[in-house]
Amino acid sequence: MSIKVKAAGLATTIQDLGREGYYHLGIPISGAMDRLALRAANLLVGNDEGAAGLEAVFLGPELEFTQDATVAVTGGELPPKIDGEVKETWTAIPVKAGQVLSFDYIRRGARAYIAVSGGIDTPPALGSRSTYAIGALGGFHGRGIQPGDELPVGADFQSKREGLSVPDRLRRQPGNPVELRVLTGLYWHRITEAAGKRFFEETWKVAPEADRMGYRFQGGTPIEFVEREQPFSAGSDPSNITDAPYPYGSIQVPGGTEPIILHRDAVSGGGFFTLGAVISADMDLIGQLQPHTETRFVEVDMQIALDARRERAKILEDIRTSLT
Amino acid sequence: MATQEVKAMLPGVFYRKPAPDQPNYKNEGDAVDKGDVIGLIEVMKSFHPVVCEYSGRVKAFRAENEAAIAPGDVLAEIEEG
Repeated sequence: MSIKVKAAGLATTIQDLGREGYYHLGIPISGAMDRLALRAANLLVGNDEGAAGLEAVFLGPELEFTQDATVAVTGGELPPKIDGEVKETWTAIPVKAGQVLSFDYIRRGARAYIAVSGGIDTPPALGSRSTYAIGALGGFHGRGIQPGDELPVGADFQSKREGLSVPDRLRRQPGNPVELRVLTGLYWHRITEAAGKRFFEETWKVAPEADRMGYRFQGGTPIEFVEREQPFSAGSDPSNITDAPYPYGSIQVPGGTEPIILHRDAVSGGGFFTLGAVISADMDLIGQLQPHTETRFVEVDMQIALDARRERAKILEDIRTSLT
Repeated sequence: MATQEVKAMLPGVFYRKPAPDQPNYKNEGDAVDKGDVIGLIEVMKSFHPVVCEYSGRVKAFRAENEAAIAPGDVLAEIEEG
């Protein structure tokens, strides 16, 4: 079967859990920005957790079904409508052949994940169906979906109970202000003590440019650097270093002005210093931040980061248990 | 005559004109037709038109030029008719 795209939304892309193993060659990991939400959506419709679904940012698409199916919408609060009738998020919804799934405006969060029983079945590229749009890789012909596209849907899924739903306490939404936990990194010594202190004390705001490559923040005081003679091959700006790899979640501050957290479609290396990295447990949350969201960076140590990771794994385990 | 609200579907920055050196798309009191663009929203490095779904007259703008907006915010009120 297939799904006909009637309207695309803003930048709706096919995503699975990502394309691992090529980052060292400069190919980003891609995949859902909020991976827990994609897993939950897949579990609700009886798919493998890593099946491909649609990631809609701010604005939902309009999709016509050519066969009966089950769909689920998780992540940000983007209310789904079947033939105009509003349905619940985080819940298995039956759809009949010929019906149209559309969306109301987003109430909370930034990205919704739409899973369809059987999963989106476009050909994988380098082991993943995730769309890396600026590299024209994966997804639907390497791009976001467009009106007129027919998205192939697979046939492999388990039947799930209609109305199956993820309990409220297991649905994560950002607080206000949101707190992102950070481990300082290799280049922390490049900035002054006062600048480091201010970075964690001040409230930042998500910039409108924030996207799948990087989440940019504004509103804090520019970072001051420790003076030095720039090493061989580093650019002349004090935020430049000799080129080095960038981990997923690392925070660069080009020119010392606006921190950028590198996310799923980020480049894997370059010549900016990184002051640290957001811990893995908080990466999904970043995908749910709207522009202008007030954000505090909270310094943590490795033990707290590992405990937080275990906590997130426990929530996923609880979601699995609640849906079987 | 009913007053209708034009709401933001996207978060971002609202602009009332197509470019800084251009006049506003619409001013208060101007006639509007369904399908007219009354502003732009900038988000994720691109600009998206705000299309009016009503015909009538612009009663008021509720968001200023370059205002930070969230989905569901009322941008303008249109006096239908």
